[in-house]
Amino acid sequence: MHLPLSEMYNEPDDRNVLDRMRQGVIGQPLDRPEGALKVSGQATYAAEWRIDGCVEGVLVLAEIAQGQVTAIDRDAALARDGVLAVIADPAMTRRSAQGMAAKAPQQDAAKVEYFGQPVALVVARTFEQARDAAVALRVDYADAAEPVPFDPHAPDVKVEAPSSSKPVEGGDLDQAMRDAAFSVDVEYDTPGHASAAMEPHATIAQWQGDSLILHGSYQMLAYNVKEIADCLGISPDKVRIIAPYVGGGFGSKLGITHEAVAAALAARELGRPVRVVMSRQQVFQTVMRRSETRQRVRLAADAGGRLIGLGHEALVSNLPGEKFAEPVTQATEFLYGGENRLLKVEVARISRLTAGSVRAPGEAVGMQVLEAAMDELAEKIGIDPIELRKRNLPATVPVQGTPYSSRMLTQALEQGAQAFGWSARQDRPCQTRDGDWWVGMGVASAARVNMMVPAQARVTLRADGSALVETDQTDIGTGSYAILGQIAGEMLGLPMARVDVKLGDSALPPGAGSGGSFGAISTGSAVLYACEEIRKRLAKILGCAAEELVLKDGTASHGDAAPRPLRDVLGGEDLTTTGKIKPGKTAKAFSQASYGAFFAEVGVHAFTGEVRVRRMTGVFGFGRVLNAKTARSQCLGGMVWGIGSALTEELAFDTRDGHLVNHDLAEYHVPVHADVPAIEVILLEERDAAASPLQAKGVGELGICGAAGAIANAVYNACGVRVRSFPLTLDKIVPSLPDPFAQTL
Amino acid sequence: MSLHFVEFELNGCQIDGMVEARRTLLDFLRCDVGCTGPHAGCEHGVCGACTVLVEGQAVRSCLMLAVQANGKTVETVEGLSGGPKELHPIQQLFREEFALQCGFCTPGFLMTLVALDRSEPRPNAAEMREALSGHLCRCTGYQGVLRVIDRLTEDRK
Ligand code: FES
Ligand code: FES
Repeated sequence: MHLPLSEMYNEPDDRNVLDRMRQGVIGQPLDRPEGALKVSGQATYAAEWRIDGCVEGVLVLAEIAQGQVTAIDRDAALARDGVLAVIADPAMTRRSAQGMAAKAPQQDAAKVEYFGQPVALVVARTFEQARDAAVALRVDYADAAEPVPFDPHAPDVKVEAPSSSKPVEGGDLDQAMRDAAFSVDVEYDTPGHASAAMEPHATIAQWQGDSLILHGSYQMLAYNVKEIADCLGISPDKVRIIAPYVGGGFGSKLGITHEAVAAALAARELGRPVRVVMSRQQVFQTVMRRSETRQRVRLAADAGGRLIGLGHEALVSNLPGEKFAEPVTQATEFLYGGENRLLKVEVARISRLTAGSVRAPGEAVGMQVLEAAMDELAEKIGIDPIELRKRNLPATVPVQGTPYSSRMLTQALEQGAQAFGWSARQDRPCQTRDGDWWVGMGVASAARVNMMVPAQARVTLRADGSALVETDQTDIGTGSYAILGQIAGEMLGLPMARVDVKLGDSALPPGAGSGGSFGAISTGSAVLYACEEIRKRLAKILGCAAEELVLKDGTASHGDAAPRPLRDVLGGEDLTTTGKIKPGKTAKAFSQASYGAFFAEVGVHAFTGEVRVRRMTGVFGFGRVLNAKTARSQCLGGMVWGIGSALTEELAFDTRDGHLVNHDLAEYHVPVHADVPAIEVILLEERDAAASPLQAKGVGELGICGAAGAIANAVYNACGVRVRSFPLTLDKIVPSLPDPFAQTL
Repeated sequence: MSLHFVEFELNGCQIDGMVEARRTLLDFLRCDVGCTGPHAGCEHGVCGACTVLVEGQAVRSCLMLAVQANGKTVETVEGLSGGPKELHPIQQLFREEFALQCGFCTPGFLMTLVALDRSEPRPNAAEMREALSGHLCRCTGYQGVLRVIDRLTEDRK
């Protein structure tokens, strides 16, 4: 049989190759192979490479929001102890590159577009000298002639249709709203968010002749190489990025940002390696934010609780000309029915740092609002919110008519209800009291689009019967090392101790990179294809068909033949090949998404309005589970982001001067474990051949997509206060709290 | 800026160096000594990634100057074991319970837990949880770390 190893993924691969293998490692909850290095402090993150002669650079941020740098007092800075250079080069970036840009972001840092934008880099022998001189550096500015507003809701703000997405329109939504037996028409606000990966962005730049080596902290090396090269005006093959361990990314490291280009320029000027590590405050102020959103949701239902109309319109923001617009309605397009619909995103042009991808762009904020609005509709109709969702799952995607590849939403809702004990929920708010706390339960659907992106991986079956997987794919904590090794181990019949995985070096074949939950399925598919080719070659050596070949525990056999050690079969030769995959026709032919359901129980303090999440359950279906431990951990982490989004996280900009008020981890409140109760995660087994030849879909972002909605719905169920502005801080709840002395209402 | 002589015991070895008074213990360890296990996540005492033990106490090394460590005993994550192949029991638990993803926060969690684990009287699970609530992790959702605490305190019963 001819294996469909075409690069383009045009047909769903129903062969289920992984299920026919014998090693039994795929899907297993195996430990991450690099874990021992990480727990012993031996994993080398970007800033930690020892490079001889390396000096330190510190970025200087603008102290105005909009204008032009007119002068920089270099001489005074250079006169200070240890200062080697003040870099203010037109090639320095003033915005960060968006994910998969593969070209330079806006350069010329002398033009200031937002408060805190980098304008210069001071380099000195020691970090303290550079920081001191950076703080003291005198920069003169001229104010912008035509400033843009700081506030997306300012009356004079320019609002545009984004170039990145088109509205979805069908039927007549206004008429549907008039005809509806039940309807809601509500407006919600969500604030800006920060990725707040624990490792601040850092780069060490080093030139060797006209070639540049960067040790950096990035998610997508093949794209980052092109972005850096474009910024510097050099050929991409002169740039190498090394990033084997990355301390989290969550979108903030998809594209290159200021420190990388500044370090490269400084290293070129000084002829020696330069390290630039951003401070946490600089990361907050200049790298990337998730846009705040204002969302209007209209839901029109008939007497039977079926949606006849659905509107979801969002206002987001970004800098003038920036293409990215938070795709708020991305999951609304396919999640529920309602043929009369209007889904639309508009973008306000304002002066704040670049808005871009923060974990699950679109769904993270779109789903929590849609799911809160669905809860409002269920209450109006008087049906269980789970039942409302189940009644409104369309057979094909509304308006477009695309079929679903697979959809585990009903199962997730039902299984989750069982596991969580949903039947104990009271229909009306203010029915359950535990001491000073009102207690309530909420539910929400989870949905996140599935994407495949081009990826390559090289697999070598070494003559000694061990395997090596190589790709520039990064592991930002997600588990790439573990998963890619498991795929190779399963396909080549090797225990994990005999599979090595080398990642995070742009000199290796380009993987997908880590982003959009596509890393594991895309790069994993490339590994699978490479292994299939190796299996074919082995079969040829053994004189059997590839399908008959049985590889297990380092041996090969077929038919009745006795298993032979791979080492013998290989006869001293390595087998090496590069697997490649690209998205093809399946991407458009099917609506592909990962699904799930969130259940939350919260307590709302009857006197103070404080909200505590008491427990949560998440049930998720995302195709094949490649590693039950890494997948579970992704879901847990995502749900905790949901808690942050529901209750604590909010970027606060001063609308008078545009500065970010809470630009550190003391003021931007990432949940700690004391905010996190017991969380149960249930993974559903599923195979989705349209999504990838692994039958797997993305899971990295699913855990956040709707989680905050379940919490908001639980808050309402607890105390009867519907807050339409996230996060649900106590100041927004207290004014509407019921009589605290009433035990139930 | 003038340099000061500093010497202290780091992971069982005596080390010394000349350091500016303004250099934090964290930067001294990372940049001068090359001991990069302690990580810089916030540099103002909020995240816990830089936690080391000074005289057996968990300390945020971003909030302490290197000169203040003079004459003291300092332990970092590197000192907990002989390396990745012979892990300390708590490091091993972290691996098994999947208490880490990117691993950037991990050395800080480990050092605080080790300090608690050694202290007399030994804290119970609730006290350990309390002590760890000042550590940030953006990846894991904390459930693995909490299971480590449960297993540590179970072992003792
Ligand atoms: S770096 Fe010291 S507490 Fe964050
Ligand atoms: S594992 Fe990444 S921050 Fe904790």
